Amino acid sequence: MAEEKPAEKAESKAEPALLKKEREFVVPGEKIVKSMDYLPGRNCFREGDSIYAKRLGLVFIDSRVISLIPLNFAYIPKFGDMVIGEVVDIQENGWVVDIDSSCNAYLPLSGVREFIDTTKTRLSRVYAVGDLIYAKVSQVTDPDRVQISMKDMMSRKFRGGRLVSINPAKVPRLIGKQGSMIKLIKDKTGCRISVGQNGPVWLEGGKEDMAIKAIHLVEEESYIDGLTDRVSELLTGKPQEKPAVKPEEKPKPQEKSAPAVNVEHSSTAVQRKLNIKPEEEGK
Amino acid sequence: MKRSDGRKPDELRPVVIKAGVVPNANGSAMVQMGRTIAIAAVYGPREMFPRHKKIPDRAALETVYALVPFSTTDRARPGPSRRSKEICLVIREALEPAIFLEEFPKTCINVYIDIIQADAGTRTAAINAASVALADAGIPMRDLVTSVAAGKVGKDIVLDIDMTEEDITKCDLPIACMLREKKITLLQMDGDLPVKDVKEAMKLAIKSCEELYKKQKEALKERWVKK
Repeated sequence: MAEEKPAEKAESKAEPALLKKEREFVVPGEKIVKSMDYLPGRNCFREGDSIYAKRLGLVFIDSRVISLIPLNFAYIPKFGDMVIGEVVDIQENGWVVDIDSSCNAYLPLSGVREFIDTTKTRLSRVYAVGDLIYAKVSQVTDPDRVQISMKDMMSRKFRGGRLVSINPAKVPRLIGKQGSMIKLIKDKTGCRISVGQNGPVWLEGGKEDMAIKAIHLVEEESYIDGLTDRVSELLTGKPQEKPAVKPEEKPKPQEKSAPAVNVEHSSTAVQRKLNIKPEEEGK
Repeated sequence: MKRSDGRKPDELRPVVIKAGVVPNANGSAMVQMGRTIAIAAVYGPREMFPRHKKIPDRAALETVYALVPFSTTDRARPGPSRRSKEICLVIREALEPAIFLEEFPKTCINVYIDIIQADAGTRTAAINAASVALADAGIPMRDLVTSVAAGKVGKDIVLDIDMTEEDITKCDLPIACMLREKKITLLQMDGDLPVKDVKEAMKLAIKSCEELYKKQKEALKERWVKK
């Protein structure tokens, strides 16, 4: 215990600096922390010695990094995201795809798996206007210059099925940790489901109505604890026996996120390690 | 001094704020201040159209303020008028400093505000509604913008004047501010007032903004966190 004293001291000093509890609702501009001991993470900003919320969301505290789980936003394309889009135009060397975002995405010929000879094949025979596709964001050079690609293994054109749209902010929760939530819904309903990071969810086969109900439940109650249990209760009609490994409680902000964010997370982990080490050595 | 509707000089009209009233919008809000009702809907950040209006280093904020034809006692002609254009501008300038526009370059954030019932103080109600709607849409902001008007009726400085008072008022002073940053983003004066009275009116308005801020916050919480 004696070894941890310096750390404890720092904690007790910093504790009253936290003005909000974990998972508390904040609106833009609300003060979360008044201390230099914390770092502003995603959706927060520092001004003077305080950290403020940048948009409305729930406070998420990861050791010393304060971030927000956003409750609502319009989708902004990010490299590596899987998105569902509709082909809206065909140009000479590619397709223009509406991905429900700040701009339309471009799918160039080079982004398609098969070779297409434009002198012999019409592009509309590959993807026609109105087709729904599941694609990966392959390049974001500018917020208004987004390229997608169908070369990813998951990419495909949808035929049939149903499409429901949810709030893009709730997509990480619908997917769950390592896809736990979506896997649960898939297993219980027998649906084939594809989730776009931009909001649309495509599903086909099995108990579609049940799956849609579950998806909307996740969207509406994403922030309430024990969501996994409620979803499985809805799908099976009876309370689920507790699994050995407790399903996730806290959604990490943007679980399926771009590599850039992962770097951010790992760097905080490194920081945490670095913080502990000197103390241990000191005593 | 008794006011025409029995309020105290420093009393707001009854305020009702609701977030999320327009399901098709990314964010929306309804603000009712007395008999004035404003509905704001926010879309975006989305593609800027026409394209030449894109701003390379930040998002463009577009506000549209409109009195719907049945909002006033005489029919309000639809479409932009000289008055509504001016109000669009001041609303945009009141909201711009609160938003992190630089996070979405080359895009556009649209704010549509309809006044469905006008009883003076429409621009302040519009700003309150737009600010809640922007927050509701999850747009990154430095602070919520709150707005209220003060004025002079007879010898008294009064808060949040309504139509019956506006007709006899000497001066009307709408103010919008970001409380946390202690910044005033809108200050207009319609009429003439000595410096001393202006200061008093501003103090009165800014004080009551705190009450409005609380209501705005509550409205957002009610929308997003059930129970």
